[in-house]
Amino acid sequence: MDNKISSVGRVTAQSVEFKETLILESGDQLESLEIIFETYGNLNPDRTNAILVCHALSGNHHSAGYYKNPDERKGWWDSLIGPGKAIDTNKYFVVSPNNLGGCHGTTGPTSIDPKTQEIYGPDFPMITVSDWVNCQALLADHLGIQVWHSVIGGSLGGMQALNWSIAYPDRIKKAGIIAAAPKLSAQNIAFNEVARQAIITDPDYQDGYYLKVGKSPKRGLRLARMVGHITYLSDEAMRDKFGRELKEGKLNFGYGAEFEVESYLRYQGDIFSESFDANTYLLMTKLLDYFDPADKCNGNLVKAFEPIKAQVMVISFTSDWRFSPERSKEISDALLEANKNVSYLEIKSTHGHDSFLFSEDRYVRAIKAFLGNDQ
Amino acid sequence: MSTLSVIEKWVEEKAKVLDLGCGNGDILSKLQKTKSINGLGVEIEEKNIEECLLKNINVIEQNIDDGLANFSNDSFDVVILSQTIQVLKNPNTALEEITRIGKTCIVTIPNFGHWRSRLSLLFNGRMPVTSPLPESWHGTSNIHLCTLQDFEMLCAELSISIEERVAVSSNNESKWYLNIWPNLFSASAIYKISK
Repeated sequence: MDNKISSVGRVTAQSVEFKETLILESGDQLESLEIIFETYGNLNPDRTNAILVCHALSGNHHSAGYYKNPDERKGWWDSLIGPGKAIDTNKYFVVSPNNLGGCHGTTGPTSIDPKTQEIYGPDFPMITVSDWVNCQALLADHLGIQVWHSVIGGSLGGMQALNWSIAYPDRIKKAGIIAAAPKLSAQNIAFNEVARQAIITDPDYQDGYYLKVGKSPKRGLRLARMVGHITYLSDEAMRDKFGRELKEGKLNFGYGAEFEVESYLRYQGDIFSESFDANTYLLMTKLLDYFDPADKCNGNLVKAFEPIKAQVMVISFTSDWRFSPERSKEISDALLEANKNVSYLEIKSTHGHDSFLFSEDRYVRAIKAFLGNDQ
Repeated sequence: MSTLSVIEKWVEEKAKVLDLGCGNGDILSKLQKTKSINGLGVEIEEKNIEECLLKNINVIEQNIDDGLANFSNDSFDVVILSQTIQVLKNPNTALEEITRIGKTCIVTIPNFGHWRSRLSLLFNGRMPVTSPLPESWHGTSNIHLCTLQDFEMLCAELSISIEERVAVSSNNESKWYLNIWPNLFSASAIYKISK
């Protein structure tokens, strides 16, 4: 087989509709569900080489390749998914869905509620990571995948992989839990709350019914993204990338974007506010805040991990302060205590929380070794 | 008998084994094949960790010097500390910790009381550089070298009992003469200890 590293190339999104009622963890119901997803590579005849890739807070189903032009922005995990890459599409069939509540095609706040024939908006029910995993299980059924070779993801994606191994222990062989945490800290929730308040207090938010009046709380979304983005980077990464560089080489004594870092954050905020739905952002930050698999076991994580059968690899990054190595160690230590198969790696990286998106050499080789060691 | 075969003999079928400083996972890999053990390695070298993953050996990246508090009492049947104790900052803490975590522990140490080391120091007047301990004093990671006698005295101090000892020659064999005066003749030794 060719080991050359290349791109998965041009990809197209697919979608599937489920007509049966979906009962959510909150007790609410969804009458119908559409999931948009992409796949890369080929499913083998035994159906044993399927890997589910789970996206993080603002991600979507487009995790590798490009739609039209090779020069366009690639999928969010293109550095890791493709022929010869960490998740090698010569070997594996990669499934990458957009999660429930998203704003890129899967049923979410921007979809039409079949009951009222109107956009859900803020009336879209609260969802949890368990609901996401249940929807991904429906997608697996649809694709004829009984057991995932692996479920893998970074940040909130890692939490889904963890949830998979608890909720469907017989349907997952390996779990790759990267840059994640067993639950959010008060500081994590605080940042999410600032982001939510930025959106909710934007006059264009209109109690969440902004689409009905043809508006969008872009200022709020922009601010939310700017705050979020700071937590994805490390102090060192920001110093390396921007330092105190000035855009025009001199101080202008004003409130324009003088420093490069200001300009960068504004730019990131602008792009995001144009392409992301505010209600989805609110929903997903709340879902993150709620995540706590130990909650059902009186806070006992070891007990919560009891059902797990998968071989787990937990990876953290030294410069990640959003979900620091200590948070990953909580997962790994509880797995050890629960007598589970676990490996733990702490990768040196300067990219902060975003490190999981970069193809750092050691990180790539570790994922490759972990995914491939059963063959 | 090689070090590995001694360890193999002392580990029971299907035992839960923790190898601290597991290197590239060779010991665990062998024990997995011959004794169907449930193995876990602890290692800090990146290359070694990757090799463990490639061999399908569970491995935790952790510095033993930072403590082993994440391993609970008697959680392993066997804890192996092979050719590692001499690089640790606190060998006595490590010994107390491994005997807490493991029902049985296997410790292998290089013997600084070997006649080659003694002669080298005596005649050259310099810190010995031998094949099992090939680095010079300033560049070595072996910061806590000891003789078999030193090790046994430390065990006694810590109320750790030595159940068995096998002396090994420099070419990793156990010869009859080693046991006449192990502290002089053996290049290293394998201990089975417990508390």
